[in-house]
Amino acid sequence: MTTIATGPAAGLPRWAVLALLPLLNLLAAFAVSGLVVLLIGEDPWRVVRILLWGAFGFEEAIGYTLFYATNFIFTGLAVAVAFHCGLFNIGGEGQAYIGGLGVALVCLHLDFLPFALIVPAAVVGAALFGAAWAFVPAFLQAYRGSHVVITTIMFNFIAAALMVYLLVNVMSEPGSMQPETRAFPPHARLPFVHEILATLGIEVAASPLNLSFVWALLCSAFVWLFIWHTGAGYRLRTVGFSPPAALYGGISPARQVVVAMLVSGALAGCMSLNELMGVQHRLLLEFSAGYGFAGIAVALMGRGHPAGIVLASLLFGALYQGGAELSFEIPRITRDMVVVIQGLVILFAGALEYLFVPALRAALLRRSAS
Amino acid sequence: MPRELAADSSRGTPRAVMPESGAPAVELFGVDKRFGRVHANRGVSLSVERGSIHGIVGENGAGKSTLMSILYGFYRADGGEIHISGRPVAIGSSEDAIAAGVGMVHQHFMLVDTFTVVENVILGAVKGVLLASGEARARRMLAQLAEDYALEVPPDARVGDLPVGLQQRVEILKALFRGAETLILDEPTGALTPQEADHLFRILRRLKEQGKTLILITHKLREVMAVTDRISVMRDGAMVAHRDTADTTIPELAELMVGRRVLLRVEKGEARPGRDLLAVEDLSVRDDRGTRRVREVSFTVREGEVVGIAGVAGNGQSELLEALAGLRPVSAGRILLGGQPLGEGSRARRREGLAHVPEDRRRMGLVLPFEVRESAILGYHDDPGYRSAGRIDWISVSRDTEEKMKAFDVRPADPRRITATLSGGNQQKLVLAREIERDPLVLVVGQPTRGVDIGAIEFIHRRLVALRDAGKAVLLVSVELDEIMGLSDRILVMFGGAIVGEFPAERATERELGLLMAGADARSEVRRAS
Repeated sequence: MTTIATGPAAGLPRWAVLALLPLLNLLAAFAVSGLVVLLIGEDPWRVVRILLWGAFGFEEAIGYTLFYATNFIFTGLAVAVAFHCGLFNIGGEGQAYIGGLGVALVCLHLDFLPFALIVPAAVVGAALFGAAWAFVPAFLQAYRGSHVVITTIMFNFIAAALMVYLLVNVMSEPGSMQPETRAFPPHARLPFVHEILATLGIEVAASPLNLSFVWALLCSAFVWLFIWHTGAGYRLRTVGFSPPAALYGGISPARQVVVAMLVSGALAGCMSLNELMGVQHRLLLEFSAGYGFAGIAVALMGRGHPAGIVLASLLFGALYQGGAELSFEIPRITRDMVVVIQGLVILFAGALEYLFVPALRAALLRRSAS
Repeated sequence: MPRELAADSSRGTPRAVMPESGAPAVELFGVDKRFGRVHANRGVSLSVERGSIHGIVGENGAGKSTLMSILYGFYRADGGEIHISGRPVAIGSSEDAIAAGVGMVHQHFMLVDTFTVVENVILGAVKGVLLASGEARARRMLAQLAEDYALEVPPDARVGDLPVGLQQRVEILKALFRGAETLILDEPTGALTPQEADHLFRILRRLKEQGKTLILITHKLREVMAVTDRISVMRDGAMVAHRDTADTTIPELAELMVGRRVLLRVEKGEARPGRDLLAVEDLSVRDDRGTRRVREVSFTVREGEVVGIAGVAGNGQSELLEALAGLRPVSAGRILLGGQPLGEGSRARRREGLAHVPEDRRRMGLVLPFEVRESAILGYHDDPGYRSAGRIDWISVSRDTEEKMKAFDVRPADPRRITATLSGGNQQKLVLAREIERDPLVLVVGQPTRGVDIGAIEFIHRRLVALRDAGKAVLLVSVELDEIMGLSDRILVMFGGAIVGEFPAERATERELGLLMAGADARSEVRRAS
């Protein structure tokens, strides 16, 4: 039986920390949410039923759930990569936002490219702009010692202000009062999954789920390969666990900090592909809508492992989609109520990650002793 | 002899209440403690006579520290009883321990560097809004204690400015100020020069004469033989033997600790040194704050030779090691390998044949949360032999790691275990395996046996000698004088960042080395003594 060697959960078996602990956290979040639901006079069981039905009950619902999950996968992976290097990248939000700028510039100004070229160009644009936005905090952390948590938070605000300026004064469509760009040309849009399936003769209900979901899964595989199977990932993890050991091993911690943040920013930037090229087909204000922050909870809940992140993203996607149905079905449960539930999940999975460790330790050790 | 003396002179502190004057100061009955699946203490019983110095020896992980932590209230025992002066006591916290008259001098001092001696002594012991009256009382008491026990310390000096030996006295004073009748000292000589250690032992004997009881935890057998009245040996969490110091020997104690015969002296043949391999010329190195820690040091290490650098920790050895390994920039001077200047950085130096076993294996030599196979390629992770199609070929890494683990007897030889779960000795053997199996020209090694059990020490020493015999150059830095004297062919002494003495090993004496390590001019001291 392998056990966790270090950290607050040291000594516990791996399966308990990887599977049981997140499950317990989730149950705790749902239990408290149930109490809140009771408090406003609704039946928690009915809420659960509607939530599940709303997330998975029909084809369209599943499409929406996966669509939302796509955003979470990108931002969750972004947080996880930085985390493996010992960095807390709070700037996923801003990096995703600026990544959208890259996508829009490609889609609007390289529109002479055919579909087969404009899509990869947009992916590069999203990744490049997201990475560039992460570079300044990374550089300041690596070579000047400014804490990356502080600087990435600041860069979120700068990104928000910059985008308002650009969308109001520079990039908005001439003659339009909307703070958004003109629509992307039709060949600069990602095909919807229901469209792709239709060409194969499979009929499914229309949903915003698009090709970037596949890209998100590919990115998960790439991250897994990168972190655990390449020299670059090895260097990055060495720095994450022990900068002095990295130095001893001939690895420059400063350079790894920059590498990790660039990869992290690029992944966050890719989130904009899903929203802009997939659905909105234009650059608009605040499309990142908190996905960057939720990525922190996704990464924590997924334990920094791509497989865990995909699962956690499905959960968060289901909460988003099921929550939307919920506020529609039960008017007393407003959109804000759904945010409360999501907040509780983030609280228990993130901030209170190790809440149940002592109880778990006691239970497991008693069992192994007897 | 000293025991009767102690009974007479047990004047003094208000807490010295003795219900039965014959009762032992501390008695443990069947103390048991588990941490999960680790059985740290197995029904340990111990009786420590009042007014005696009692040594507890055992290898790392034998349970000495756990036992003392139970006595001092850090841990609660799962079973068993503690009697102090013949009466059962429940010790649930260090406050309880202090109230029962048990004090502890920690291996890593629990002192606030920026506070003065007086402030440290009254820390936590003087209650109330204003400290003035407590401070005055502390000053009177310090003066009294200094007189009684030869424990002089400048009361208004900042603790951070004091040498280690004096800091330790502050720790002892703290315990005495709190009314300790029984003092536990955990590895007290770890950071001391031989002279400072001698002074400490004089203080301990003085304390004993005044009726205090002292429990000395150590792995240095020579020291327990020198200063204690009785010795208890622990192995695998159990008490395996109690001996009167007068009736035992170092080899017997070593055997009891390890459970088999051990070789205490390093067996090595005549050195056959060849040409100069590593040459250091007028090397100066600064620390992170810009203070010069190595001052114009020059020496050479030849093929087939172990050169040992003796010195008290903090005299520039660490900075010298890091500069040699390419981890710290050189502010002046040169380092040559086979006549050629070395490249910059640890990667280049490794390639050129200079391997480095760092002083701090837990922080630097290994990555504790890594699997063993991941730790086993640190520094060599870019080796093409570990790659296939751009990826790290974990299968060949595993195979390679397993071979190294077997060659160096790292147990268990499972390359997928987490590094942190290996014992200190096995961790160190892993680092040595990684560095030595690459067949370097020069091995620079710092504190090769710190926190390593006796069995592993024997193994590590044999490996270092074998490397020497294979015609390689070994530079050994250690604060263990025994190790330096046992392994080296030539000994350099470092003090204040400079090399203050050089001896062929056969002509070095502990006394002379010790004096140089303490900064004295050896020749004049020796002359005065003779």
